[in-house]
Amino acid sequence: MTQLALVIDLNVCVGCHACVTSCKEWNTSGWAGPMPDQRPYDADPCGVFFNRVQTYEIGEYPNTETLHFPKSCLHCEDPPCVPVCPTGASYKREDNGVVLVDYDKCIGCKYCSWACPYGAREFDEKNKVMKKCTLCIDRITDMSLPESERKPACVLACPTSARIFGDVHDPDSEASRAIREQGGYQLQPEWGTEPANHYLPRRRTLMHIHRDELIRADNPLKKEEVELPSDQETIDDIAW
Amino acid sequence: MLPAFSVIFLTTLIGVGQGLFLALYTGQVYSLAKLLPAQDSLSFYAIGSFVALGFLAGGLLASFFHLGHPERAWRAASQWRTSWLSREVIVLPIFMSLVALYGLVHYVGWTTPMFTISGTLPVDFTLLVGFIASVAAFALFICTAMIYAGVRFVHEWHTWLTVANYLLIGLASGFMLAAAFSAYSSVPLVGFFGIWAVVFTLIALITRVTSLIRNRTLRHKFNLKSAIGVRHSNIQQKAQGFMGESFNTREFFHHKSEGVVRTIRYLFLLLVFLVPVVLIISSYLMQSTNLPIVAFLVQYLGLMLERWYFFAEANHPQNLYYQTKS
Ligand code: SF4
Ligand code: SF4
Repeated sequence: MTQLALVIDLNVCVGCHACVTSCKEWNTSGWAGPMPDQRPYDADPCGVFFNRVQTYEIGEYPNTETLHFPKSCLHCEDPPCVPVCPTGASYKREDNGVVLVDYDKCIGCKYCSWACPYGAREFDEKNKVMKKCTLCIDRITDMSLPESERKPACVLACPTSARIFGDVHDPDSEASRAIREQGGYQLQPEWGTEPANHYLPRRRTLMHIHRDELIRADNPLKKEEVELPSDQETIDDIAW
Repeated sequence: MLPAFSVIFLTTLIGVGQGLFLALYTGQVYSLAKLLPAQDSLSFYAIGSFVALGFLAGGLLASFFHLGHPERAWRAASQWRTSWLSREVIVLPIFMSLVALYGLVHYVGWTTPMFTISGTLPVDFTLLVGFIASVAAFALFICTAMIYAGVRFVHEWHTWLTVANYLLIGLASGFMLAAAFSAYSSVPLVGFFGIWAVVFTLIALITRVTSLIRNRTLRHKFNLKSAIGVRHSNIQQKAQGFMGESFNTREFFHHKSEGVVRTIRYLFLLLVFLVPVVLIISSYLMQSTNLPIVAFLVQYLGLMLERWYFFAEANHPQNLYYQTKS
């Protein structure tokens, strides 16, 4: 079975919000739209977004680390938001595992949003139905697009390629490989919701440089006037 | 969570309606066993059922204000296999129809016994309908409470105490209304209903206070560490992704100060439990017919505060992601 999902690399996300704006741009005029705003240019603006980028500071100054954290529906493999929906408007697609809302059936009771521990659903105050990330279902299933564009808008927009899109059930997909090889993890795994989206942790890039690596003993021009560390032969002797 | 007035009215009004119906039916069963004087079908049972129906209809009406698309509400009956909300949507109209039928049968006075069990218990149509309606009333209490108790992410609700509270508080307020109704229509059952109202109120006090204590000492098993997946004891949110509001900041917070919440807690403990019990006891001592009515009104007012607090107290794990407005 296919389970499409995003793998978000927190190590390279720079918090530019390109995914947020491209998501809104694509989806507000697409299948899932509109994504209306209230008072967009006034004080206290408010509106529907499927994706938000948050920022956290970890540690205490000066030993701090900034983490930009994009958050959208995680397309849980066991989505708690689906069984509680009284109308069947919320469902998980059999063929690709994407969790969707049928806006023609939704009665706007908001019960599903209570059942999502991630706060991934946002109510559309104008159309009075529940909305959420669709993984750009209208793009990724559109066979008229070239394969390279059959990806969510956020993935295409990300300037640092922090977002990998793919089938996390296919062990050979780029997404699965990233999860496996770069320590991909799920959010709030304690609930057993099995989020399909994964996050790649921040990684520290460390490099060990030894003293003798800084000095070129084999410099042919002998500019550095290096004294050989010993009288014995060294591998650098080759140059002599 | 944000206390929504539609839901506050829905849950309290139908609770009163269910409780009142159960009180009437208890009265009928008692009078059958000759423990209470039999009452007039028309003026007591029929009118009483219609009052109960009025409360249920009021609750139903309030629930429509909660929906974004009330015209599609019928769709909500489809997922009864998995959704407690769907089950409530089914049971509520069934229960209302049964109460209406019960009232109607009493109204037309169709109360001649159909058969007699073991020669002593005459069974008429109202007794049968009333029995089925009573089962539906209990089922409805369970459905309503499980809508909240079933949300495993909200620890404050996810306990059997939620079901116990909805049931007992519904019974208490229903029997309180039955006492008030008896007092109003000069039926000599004020004492009977009043005693039961006090008993249910006191048991409800125990379960409600237990749940208050439980929630106070509750240790949430969710935290920011697993919410964003970073193992560090010092994580602060610097930006939640937007500078204004969103559904997430509105729906899941009560937006009131701690002081207001605390005041409401004390107020509801007073109005739901203490004052009505005192009023019922004094009405018994003073033989007053007004006090039971006042007792019900005070308790209902308190119930609205109790429900408000029930929502406000609940802390949803999604709130972890919405701590810093910027
Ligand atoms: S993240 Fe929330 S809305 Fe998305 S599938 Fe999981 S529970 Fe449902
Ligand atoms: S708001 Fe819509 S999708 Fe969510 S539970 Fe209610 S009917 Fe289902």
